[in-house]
Amino acid sequence: MELLTDPIFLARFQFAATVIFHFVFVPLSIGIGLMMALNETRYYRTRDPKDAGATGLWVKIFAACFIVGVATGITMEFSFGTNWADYARFVGDIFGAPLAAEALFAFFLESVFLGILIFGRNRVSPRFYMVSAWLVWFGSCLSALWILIANSWMQTPAGGELSADGSRAVITDFFAAAFNPSLASRYFHTVFSVLAVGAFIAMAISAWYMYKKRHPEFALRTMRTGSVVGIVAMCLLLVSAHASAVVVSEEQPTKFALMEGMYDSEVPPLYLAGWVDEATQEVFGLGIPGGSSFLATGTWDTEFEGLNELAQTQEFDGMVVEEAPANLVFQSYHIMVLLFGVIMIVLILALVFSFRGGTITSKKWLQRLLIISPVFPMLAIQAGWLTAEYGRQPWVVYPSTTGPEGLTLLTANGVSQAVSAPEILITLLLFTVVYTLIFIALIRVVFKFIRQGPVLDAAGVGAAALSGGDADDDDESIIEKISVFTVAERDESGSSAERSQTGSKPIQEGE
Amino acid sequence: MDATVFQVLWFWLIALLIGGYFVLDGFDLGVGVLYPFLAKNEKEKAILRRSVGPVWDGNEVWLLTAGGALFAAFPPAYATTFSGFYLAIMLVLFGLIVRAVSLEFRAHDGAWRKLWDACFVVGSFLPALLFGVAAGNVLQGIPMHANGDYAGIPLLGLLSPFTLLCGVLGLLLFLTLGARWVALKAPEHSALQSRATALAMPLQLVALVVFVVASIVLFAVVQPELADSTAVLRIVFAVLFVAGLLMSLALRKKSDLLAFVSQAASVFFLVALWAASLFPSLVVATKAGAEGVGESITIMNGSSSEFSLMCMTIIACIGVPLVLIYHVIIYRSFRGRISDKDLASY
Repeated sequence: MELLTDPIFLARFQFAATVIFHFVFVPLSIGIGLMMALNETRYYRTRDPKDAGATGLWVKIFAACFIVGVATGITMEFSFGTNWADYARFVGDIFGAPLAAEALFAFFLESVFLGILIFGRNRVSPRFYMVSAWLVWFGSCLSALWILIANSWMQTPAGGELSADGSRAVITDFFAAAFNPSLASRYFHTVFSVLAVGAFIAMAISAWYMYKKRHPEFALRTMRTGSVVGIVAMCLLLVSAHASAVVVSEEQPTKFALMEGMYDSEVPPLYLAGWVDEATQEVFGLGIPGGSSFLATGTWDTEFEGLNELAQTQEFDGMVVEEAPANLVFQSYHIMVLLFGVIMIVLILALVFSFRGGTITSKKWLQRLLIISPVFPMLAIQAGWLTAEYGRQPWVVYPSTTGPEGLTLLTANGVSQAVSAPEILITLLLFTVVYTLIFIALIRVVFKFIRQGPVLDAAGVGAAALSGGDADDDDESIIEKISVFTVAERDESGSSAERSQTGSKPIQEGE
Repeated sequence: MDATVFQVLWFWLIALLIGGYFVLDGFDLGVGVLYPFLAKNEKEKAILRRSVGPVWDGNEVWLLTAGGALFAAFPPAYATTFSGFYLAIMLVLFGLIVRAVSLEFRAHDGAWRKLWDACFVVGSFLPALLFGVAAGNVLQGIPMHANGDYAGIPLLGLLSPFTLLCGVLGLLLFLTLGARWVALKAPEHSALQSRATALAMPLQLVALVVFVVASIVLFAVVQPELADSTAVLRIVFAVLFVAGLLMSLALRKKSDLLAFVSQAASVFFLVALWAASLFPSLVVATKAGAEGVGESITIMNGSSSEFSLMCMTIIACIGVPLVLIYHVIIYRSFRGRISDKDLASY
């Protein structure tokens, strides 16, 4: 109960909870965005109405995830002022610019062209529609870049100095601050992992269609695209993961020590699984001796300092070893690594059986596995971020090895003093209610989209009519086309009447 | 201590962003609040949602940009207002959140339509009212600790006759913009269009009265310290605000587009008037200088470093033209009144 009256704990809890929730939807939109853009490019080439229908499905899923991402993202941008006012005062000179740039360069791009994607099928040319799809996806990657610039700067500050009165960070070199030591490895690590999330969503939807024997052509094609995108992303991810490990070992020694549970100096092994007993400062587990040393330096016998030694140095004396979240960081890091293995196995299975004559269509066990498989990359990316952010504690601006002298801030010194614990409790309660509602609603809607399938709704038919040179179609003929199309679709896949109902629903509701 | 060119530039750039936000998101917030009053059936509801559908998200980004720019250019002002107005900001935030998702889910989740309709209305109302209250507080001044933190009572401390008047004025102007937008987008000669046109006029007249009353309260009760350097600007902006409003009234029968544009200009000039009244302060501290009371945050003592502002200026020079181009594209793509065909493809 003590925690409920501690504004620092509550502020951290609220930030963690809202950012974890937000980061469920960001990967979905970046990952699915690529599927959407790829598919629309295909439609642009083939002009096959079925491909337009497939884009329609991706656009609908993308838009729903994207809007929830936007809505929960406003919370994050505001939170630096609402809950972390002293942090904002300390870092504003450097940290504010990437946030403003993100809105200016990325948010406008995404939101404007998403409007085209949702409402513009029969308003703009097919070429413009395709370009819009790519621009939206590009915008979301750009948005990730700016936010990773901001976050990486908190991990490995650069391009700034402490002001003369010691009250704040001041920028001295914009590019050094933006392209700080950990940016490249962390950005690509994030992007490749979220592309894998998108690939797994695509494979899961395809697997479900195979399982239900619907849309066979779309399912196999999308399964193939998904498994290729997934395996490419995961192979590239390995490179970025290694680069990240190297940067952490060089720049963030306490995080590196927390990841392997090193309380005392040692040659760090690479644990496969284990448990950190924080009271006795011991690790129980199965590991490859010298493995982490090899990952970080390429040698099997480099000794790294443990938390106890580090906490005695002037640089890291803000750390209270007894309070360090050693087991949490250890577990989340190793869960992430373990999940990488699981993800690779699933991907290889999907790849092998979808390409070798497409025998995946008769393998129910693999379809079942793929339907639940998006959970693996989802958990992996959350575990990865927990490692990154908990590993940074107790600092909010980390005193990294090459960071400017004195440019560091303890998390506890960053909170808003004007905001009391009861106020945060109220908003936490509201977040719980509102976010739960949004989550349920999103699941309902997305599952409905998937049930409806990659079929044309009125928007797509309208566009098909337009690109067929039949621009003056009135509404009745559009409705006629829809019903013709849904009947055809039903005959083709032989599925239930449910879908043909939902397929024409927009018209019935007069929307 | 004189203000530097960059400090002045960023003060007005942020005012511009807030002005842009109040105009653009203003009309779609207004449409949201008017939604249950203007639309009498499902089809009219669909027209209202479709009228803001492709543009509301981009409009809202103006707020995020303004917030980001304030954070980057004047961190102490961002920190003090956002933490000081904590619960009020959170109410705005929750409003914007449920409103954003309601527009998306309403189109696809028919079973929950009542819930999403309610979210759309409440989610539009909270920001529409509270932005004015916040603007009033900044102008009126807030109690402040020596470290710059807000020292008043949470939420209730932000309500005074003047700030409430500002809230009501903001709400009325958003409603006016919303009604003018509906008149512009609804099918020609439809009942919806004439309802919207009929509603706009009384709203505008009441807004004018509230503006006059708020101004009287401001000078008689609040008695702000107004900078001499902006005296001419203030008069010009006040005249332009009233002129825009009257012009919108005069043009309402001739052209829905011109009536909307002059109303939008009027709202924009009101934000400019607010900024000019504030200049060069960002957050006014009541009883500034007394013991234990912080100084007002101004563009001189509350800005980021010159180099930081210069970097930001370069970013803005690249970004702002792009943003304007995007807006031309989206408003051109969806220009004109909403047809049945638009509704069919929604």
